[in-house]
Amino acid sequence: MRLEMRQVPLAEGLLALPAARAQDKSSGDHTAVSGPHSFQIVSFKWEHVQEPYIIALWILVASLAKIVFHLSHKVTHVVPESALLIVLGLFLGGIVWAADHIASFTLTPNVFFFYLLPPIVLDAGYFMPNKLFFGNLGTILLYAVIGTVWNAATTGMSLYGVYLSGIMGQLDIGLLDFLLFGSLIAAVDPVAVLAVFEEVHVNEVLFIIVFGESLLNDAVTVVLYNVFDSFVAMGADNVTGVDCVKGIVSFFVVSLGGTFVGIVFAFLLSLVTRFTKHVRIIEPGFVFVISYLSYLTAEMLSLSAILAITFCGVCCQKYVKANICDQSSTTVRYTMKMLASGSETIIFMFLGISAVNPDIWTWNTAFILLTLVFISVYRVIGVVLQTWVLNHYRVVQLEIIDQVVMSYGGLRGAVAFALVALLDEKKVKEKNLFVSTTIIVVFFTVIFQGLTIKPLVQWLKVKRSEHREPKLNEKLHGRAFDHILSAVEDISGQIGHNYLRDKWSNFDRKILSRVMMRRSAQKSRDQILNIFHELNLKDAISYVAEGERRGSLAFIRSSSTDNMVNVDFSTPRPSTVEASVSGLLREKASSVCLDMQALEQRRKSIRDTEDTVTHHTLQQYLYKPRQEHIHLYSRHEIIQNEDEKQDKEIFHRTMRKRLESFKSTKLGINQPKKLNKSHKRDRGQKRVRGINAIPNGKIPSENPVQGFTLKEKGIDNPAFSADDDQSIYVKFPPWLSNEDSVVPSQRARVQLPYSPNNFRRLTPFRLSNKSVDSFLLADGPEERPRAFLPETTHM
Amino acid sequence: MGSITLEQIEHLHRRFKQISGDQPTIRKESFDRIPDLEFNPLRSKIVRAFFDKRNLRQAPDGLADEINFEDFLTIMSYFRPIEMNMDEEQLDHFRKEKLKFLFHMYDSDNDGKITLQEYRKVVEELLSRNPHLEKESARSIADGAMMEAASICVGQMEPDQVYEGITFEDFLKVWQGIDIDTKMHVRFLNMEPIAHCH
Repeated sequence: MRLEMRQVPLAEGLLALPAARAQDKSSGDHTAVSGPHSFQIVSFKWEHVQEPYIIALWILVASLAKIVFHLSHKVTHVVPESALLIVLGLFLGGIVWAADHIASFTLTPNVFFFYLLPPIVLDAGYFMPNKLFFGNLGTILLYAVIGTVWNAATTGMSLYGVYLSGIMGQLDIGLLDFLLFGSLIAAVDPVAVLAVFEEVHVNEVLFIIVFGESLLNDAVTVVLYNVFDSFVAMGADNVTGVDCVKGIVSFFVVSLGGTFVGIVFAFLLSLVTRFTKHVRIIEPGFVFVISYLSYLTAEMLSLSAILAITFCGVCCQKYVKANICDQSSTTVRYTMKMLASGSETIIFMFLGISAVNPDIWTWNTAFILLTLVFISVYRVIGVVLQTWVLNHYRVVQLEIIDQVVMSYGGLRGAVAFALVALLDEKKVKEKNLFVSTTIIVVFFTVIFQGLTIKPLVQWLKVKRSEHREPKLNEKLHGRAFDHILSAVEDISGQIGHNYLRDKWSNFDRKILSRVMMRRSAQKSRDQILNIFHELNLKDAISYVAEGERRGSLAFIRSSSTDNMVNVDFSTPRPSTVEASVSGLLREKASSVCLDMQALEQRRKSIRDTEDTVTHHTLQQYLYKPRQEHIHLYSRHEIIQNEDEKQDKEIFHRTMRKRLESFKSTKLGINQPKKLNKSHKRDRGQKRVRGINAIPNGKIPSENPVQGFTLKEKGIDNPAFSADDDQSIYVKFPPWLSNEDSVVPSQRARVQLPYSPNNFRRLTPFRLSNKSVDSFLLADGPEERPRAFLPETTHM
Repeated sequence: MGSITLEQIEHLHRRFKQISGDQPTIRKESFDRIPDLEFNPLRSKIVRAFFDKRNLRQAPDGLADEINFEDFLTIMSYFRPIEMNMDEEQLDHFRKEKLKFLFHMYDSDNDGKITLQEYRKVVEELLSRNPHLEKESARSIADGAMMEAASICVGQMEPDQVYEGITFEDFLKVWQGIDIDTKMHVRFLNMEPIAHCH
């Protein structure tokens, strides 16, 4: 079943004029009639570039539209983008039609299924929250399978019943046609759900159920559609019981087969990425190509392609994310999002354009109206019934409010439209009616339901997604929890959820990860560690941000190498963070881009020297900006960042020096209190009083300390207090004194900042690898100084 | 306490006899009979929790040598799922009970607060299954988590203040946002009678 791509008169119309002019000029260009009269310096070769040009133009138009929409924040707050795009499509289609009376570009099923849909589904699968997904898998499957079958059957049969009653007038339809129509209109559409729900922010359980349902019902849709399509082709009389049974069997084959294909390709992909260490540049390519192949393979075997690519993404994400380097990971993320977002935009726009096609419009009030009514009503009934059954088995109950959102959020979208466009007119006589109805249904759900779902959610006070920062404690306790629960399950002799999960993670750790993950990744791949990394990074960023807010990073400006930093966190000023480094760095949910080039662009608020200082601070302290490529032009290699190993060293070493403040009082900290008092400056000011790390005994002699006191607000660096303090330092080279004179970290004395979310974990900055924090003591003598760290002497 | 159904009790009793080897009481060694428990990093702490007198509500301190079936049930009851017909107060009490159980697990020396050392031990044990994670990293993580807890619980600290440890109230605060009621439970084989909606 193919619909031919029709020419785009818009482009032709636009270019007809200049083309004509060009024709006049290049009078000799008619190759058919006579040879060229003279040499053509420039010729107009429209046909040569026509196809790619048009495609690119449409993509451009769609993207420009997106920009225009987002200019008005008020509008986008209320109206979902998808609705706006559809309207735009209608508008554009109207223009074209008015200009030429020819129907323009339609959304052809091939283009849709091969190019536009896979990126969206892949994006969904790759970023699927696995724990949540598999935790609710039973629920999702129930809705996807039983729910869709229910919707299809009831809608089809009710329409048939109404038809029999004659309200619809004379139509050339049989029961099978109705069932076919029912099956394609019944499925909840992942594209539409994503588009609408991502602006609504319901709580994650609710979202995953609706969204998971929209993904997994593809198998059902495919089977039902194919079954009824072939039944219609065979003719109603020839359908036997065997065929019905075959239909049911095919459901299992299609769904499980699709899943299996996806898993196989996920395995392949993970395995491949294990070995891509030396071809980092093309790492992202593998992800896309192999996933796409899984889609096409399933399609080729007439299995469920959406399931294949979904499970490919779902299964590979863990290993791929562990294996590929950070830059590739970022690339993959952004490319996927871009493709998915672009596809979505194009889909909705073309849905609008395709509607402006008078050839297909057949209006049958009763049919259309009743379809709308039936799908809504039966969806509600289906959801309610299934939820009632499910609540007996679920711990987290699904309440009425959830059910309302689920029913209301069952949007139909482009998949239904593509399926209906695929119908064969010769077999399904009333195809146009179906197409028109589908268009109206899709428009209704996307526009009307999309518009109203947000206020509905707010009015019903649906539990919203809590956007919380990852907390280390949560992760730790969560992990402990899991272990406790599985232990209790073991003890009480159950095979429970936790037991299964435990078994799986054992299996994964012993076998799967060994095979599919790089050795280096296996070591560092621990969720808790990751959160820890992230949090440290955030701290560093906050530190820089704080510096920006003050307008200067003067408080770390110093040419001395044993500078200890005192930061006053107590009065955060309103920040103008937008055009700042930290704004750039604060990219959500992504590996932070400490791109020096990007940093350089935002220098407006930071003076040059301070910028360098920041850079060096960060470089020394936590993470080296990984994007510091050595500027050799090479398309095939990224020069390996030798600093990676150093990163790890820094990380470990720094973390070791954390907060001794929590050493209990049993470890005497009496002595430091005296030291502390001698450094207190202004009691009036709420400031940090800190003891600076007793520096390396060598340093005072090597680098004469400058009496450096900033008179700015609250910045006081006791490190540069009077000389007599230095002498105290000299007396206690840290590694020689005993435990009792452990100086609690500076941080211990810090007034923890205003909001508990900031600066939780900052450790004292050391701007030199030579200075040794005294509280290293308790852990034992410090190892040899790191020779390979860059000296900060050039600050 | 709340109720466990008769069927559940029967099932647990059977299990108890299995573990104890048909003896009336269990000792710590009896838990060695459970093979799957071996791989659990928190094994020792959990087994200990069964004998912890605080959990058994016998004394504020100390460990029992052996427990009988009633004690076994007492511990198991901490993991009951919430029942539909509980009111606010019951729910709150329920939640506190569960959190107390957790707290006792962390606070091994029974002094009412979780000190840095204890916390470190827990984290080390927790991460012990990962052979590639060094002890120092585990330690730093524990420190970081402690600091986080401190910032949640105490907010601004005076310069001379030293954060001694997480008390139970602080512990509650840390867990405030998390739905422990729904997570901390074990589904017993036999389902509870279907709750009525009215």
